[in-house]
Amino acid sequence: MATMVKQGVKAKAEFKKMARRHVPKRPVAANVIKAFLVGGAICLFGQFLNQIFITYFGFTQKSAGNPTVAVLIFLATLLTGLGVYDRLGQWAGAGSAVPVTGFANAMAAAAIEHRSEGFVLGVGGQMFKVAGPVIVYGTVAAFVVALISQLLKLL
Amino acid sequence: MPRIGKQTWEFPSRPVLLSAGSIVGPKEGEGPLGQDFDAVEEDMYFGQDSWEKAERRFFEQACEIALKKVGLSGEEVNVLYGGDLLNQIISANFAARTLAIPFVGLFGACSTSMEGLALAALTVDAGYADYALAATSSHHATAERQFRYPTEYGGQKPPSSQCTVTGSGAALVAKTGSGPRITHATIGKVVDLGITSPFEMGPAMAPAAVDTILRHFEDTGRTPEEYDLIVTGDLASIGHKIAVEMLEDQGYYLGDRFKDCGILIYDPDQEEVFAGGSGCACCATVTYGHLLKRMLRGELDRILVCATGALLSPLSNQQGESIPCVAHAVVIERGEES
Repeated sequence: MATMVKQGVKAKAEFKKMARRHVPKRPVAANVIKAFLVGGAICLFGQFLNQIFITYFGFTQKSAGNPTVAVLIFLATLLTGLGVYDRLGQWAGAGSAVPVTGFANAMAAAAIEHRSEGFVLGVGGQMFKVAGPVIVYGTVAAFVVALISQLLKLL
Repeated sequence: MPRIGKQTWEFPSRPVLLSAGSIVGPKEGEGPLGQDFDAVEEDMYFGQDSWEKAERRFFEQACEIALKKVGLSGEEVNVLYGGDLLNQIISANFAARTLAIPFVGLFGACSTSMEGLALAALTVDAGYADYALAATSSHHATAERQFRYPTEYGGQKPPSSQCTVTGSGAALVAKTGSGPRITHATIGKVVDLGITSPFEMGPAMAPAAVDTILRHFEDTGRTPEEYDLIVTGDLASIGHKIAVEMLEDQGYYLGDRFKDCGILIYDPDQEEVFAGGSGCACCATVTYGHLLKRMLRGELDRILVCATGALLSPLSNQQGESIPCVAHAVVIERGEES
């Protein structure tokens, strides 16, 4: 006679151990290499744009950052709209999540997704759904770092 | 007595699964079972302006196909049991508005297909309906956005993820007529063995499936050999392996007769399938499309379909709770006349 599936604490621990054996691990090594290659390639492309703005458009080393970032954001948003960026993301992982393009993708994807709920509650209200925490904790981290740096200067 | 054992209903009148409708999206249409579905809709939007409206169209379409096959109209159907994955089961509710059939909304996540079929058979068997319809739907994009991230977001999914099936399946159960018979249903208990990751639905649901299958054997006194096929809803490749191991621990060796709709519906080489299919439509379309056709061709005489559902919500998940799961099993036999 069969006993049904047990649900006690011990049964849960045993089940988790058994399930672990069957769940394939994320291919971390391969993911790291892919992320390095794609992330590096995006940064290299950014550097290339930066150099063009300096060489041909009269920007300085300091001011060329703005148009470079604008172009990267534009391209990432375009690729998101064309449905390409999420496929790239699946392959590249953290590589395509590198700040500028990954952030643009997170914003654009949420904005596109929630267009059906209108411009105010949908696009406006939901746009920061994925990217919002990055802004919040980016700002908090910047504040803490600035505080520490100021305190160190005082000492 | 119509109830046998603890959790199994036996239907003495053996209600007829008179007709079924299955419709899927493009990815499922390209899969190995593509030929078996009644319709393949290439447009994920189904001519609508939102994914949610598209899912509703799939739902309505599956019901209409099932009715059309036997020349019935919605007016002749006494009750519709339907549900889906979206908040407040809007796909089923809104489709029921269009279909105008007396409606009972269900939420059993991906177990809804067999939950609905069991209830439809029960209603017909008890004499409360001449015709009862059971339908469910899911849509890749609506599920992604409700349970995970926006569809175009470039997050990386682990290999244990599953791909939500786009489509809908409907079954029409009748008192008389020719077609496969529904003989038993085993209603499952909610089982939760502590899996918390929403990317590990298969492993989370496997214990619920095993519990219901074991209960079915115990209640009916049957052995696995009495079934040509025992199929789970959407455990996919990882959950399936776990279920096999759990059943073997209990001394049940199901072998090749144990399959999973989530594995059957896609070719593993298809893009972003990961461990396999999931969603309400996974079990519904595979059962009502593929498996019923195999029955009609005489390849299968008696099958046990065990639909598995993960009863989580994005909220419960964000609050760190584990995933409660349920599985309902229905026995379908080849009818004498068919």
